[in-house]
Amino acid sequence: MRPGRRHLLLSLAAGALFVVALALGDQFLDSFQLRVSSLCAIYVVLALSLNLVNGFTGLFSLGHAGFMAVGAYTCALLTMTPEQKEMNFFLAPVVPWLAHLSIPFLPALVAAGLVAALIGFLVGAPALRLKDDYLAIATLGFAEIIRVVLTNTQTLTNGALGLKGLPMYATTWVVWPCAALSVAFMVFLTRSSYGRAMKAVRDDEIAAGAMGVDVFRVKVVSFTVSSFMAGVGGALLGHLLTTIDPKMFTFMLTFNILLVVVLGGIGSITGSVIAAIGVTILMEVLRFLDGPLNFGLFETEARPGLRMVVFSLLLMAVVLFRQRGLMGNREFSWSMFSRAGLARREDGRA
Amino acid sequence: MLTVEGLNQRYGGSHILRGVSFEAPPGEVTVLLGRNGVGKTTLLKTLMGLVPAASGRVTFLGQELSRAPSHRRVQAGIGYVPQGREIFPRLTVEENLRMGLASLPGGARVPDRVFELFPALRTMLRRRGGDLSGGQQQQLAIARALAMRPRLLILDEPTEGIQPSVIQEIERVIRALAAEGSMAILLVEQYYEFARSLAGRYLVMQRGEIVRRGEGSAMERDGVRGLLAL
Repeated sequence: MRPGRRHLLLSLAAGALFVVALALGDQFLDSFQLRVSSLCAIYVVLALSLNLVNGFTGLFSLGHAGFMAVGAYTCALLTMTPEQKEMNFFLAPVVPWLAHLSIPFLPALVAAGLVAALIGFLVGAPALRLKDDYLAIATLGFAEIIRVVLTNTQTLTNGALGLKGLPMYATTWVVWPCAALSVAFMVFLTRSSYGRAMKAVRDDEIAAGAMGVDVFRVKVVSFTVSSFMAGVGGALLGHLLTTIDPKMFTFMLTFNILLVVVLGGIGSITGSVIAAIGVTILMEVLRFLDGPLNFGLFETEARPGLRMVVFSLLLMAVVLFRQRGLMGNREFSWSMFSRAGLARREDGRA
Repeated sequence: MLTVEGLNQRYGGSHILRGVSFEAPPGEVTVLLGRNGVGKTTLLKTLMGLVPAASGRVTFLGQELSRAPSHRRVQAGIGYVPQGREIFPRLTVEENLRMGLASLPGGARVPDRVFELFPALRTMLRRRGGDLSGGQQQQLAIARALAMRPRLLILDEPTEGIQPSVIQEIERVIRALAAEGSMAILLVEQYYEFARSLAGRYLVMQRGEIVRRGEGSAMERDGVRGLLAL
């Protein structure tokens, strides 16, 4: 059998196995485990969207939480029923045009992405004229502006009170297909001429310009698409937690996603997926560190936030010993196994 | 083919290009010589639209390109090999070559002629650009510029830091391209012997101005060597 054909069959088999695993998980996992699993999928979407900008286009952006907030609020306001809105907006009533608007989840999810993309475009068009750390500071600033605006538009977003009682739409069969779609999109994109242009801009902007790449356009498109994915991720997160408020979308959230991208490997889809799942699970497993710790001889009091120290140490270790993260910028492929000697070589030799 | 008239460029307070005018006709190598810091690379970057010109006109194949962004100039048919062989280090050789097609409509292929000129590249398509030796990178940079079938090829010091055997190889390629007759070649060079052997016509720059110009065969007689010596 030709390797290409065999790899296609292997991919189809892996896809089928994935669906079966999802179905089994959905049946047999308890609600907490299911929630962690959904969180993993959402982090896959978010990590890929940040990796698109930071890893594949080489733009150091720190504004992700802002675009997630836009997506989360858009989706929440579109899906909540008029009664829920009335209950939430008790300080000041919601603006009239939103009061009776309520649409199904999937179109609202797309709308969340589109609104986030629009904001991303409006932020990106001026900010992407900057480079490196200046761009990072500018995007960080924009994300904070978005958060402050959300806090202060009482009749639109319910201000600091946030929105409560969102319908729990982010089920296994919603979030994992979103994650799979994001992976498929990224694989398709990186293999297209547009993806190649992004990587060329990352490697050498001047040479890319000299090759006839419209450098600025590539940057803006990458940033806008990434904002779309961040918006969708934010919307999914909101409908998983069923509560959103502006304090959720601080720089810490961006940092968590950045952590996943750096640990997985800047510019690697595979790395982002593995790290997103690994970090999310680890965040829950290590939750005991935040409580009182019993060392047998003595017991410490609860110190909330201690588990984040583990991630800081992990990040330091990566920066010191494995700068390029888990995968560098390599990707998973079926021929990896044969190269590693775990399967028969494709050319027929042992 | 390429006509430059009264090009001026300023950076901060300094006047880098002072009324530069010249032409580069097809089927000939136009060599631009000058010491370090006289504005040769700035002139090329201005021609490519990578830095803005203060005044002056650039026309190519009848198109006015004075204010056009880089990608429009590439679309018009100008191929550029930057100084210091700025290849894409993390892309493979094949991806680097396909980046040369970025200005063409989708489905364009790297012409076989590129591999005829640089047969070694065919054997290293899967390797990453950054892993190649300096000489190989320079050949890749030229091949990448040729992938789009340019009508004007601009080369910025292609011999800089390259071993003699590869320089000979590059010289052979440039000669072959000029001999085809349809492509104009603008070569910036400090290596006098290399420049003289290829020059159809020459230009010498000093402090942002073209101070001497003439036929390539007259370079020795015109004392160009003396203008370049320190």
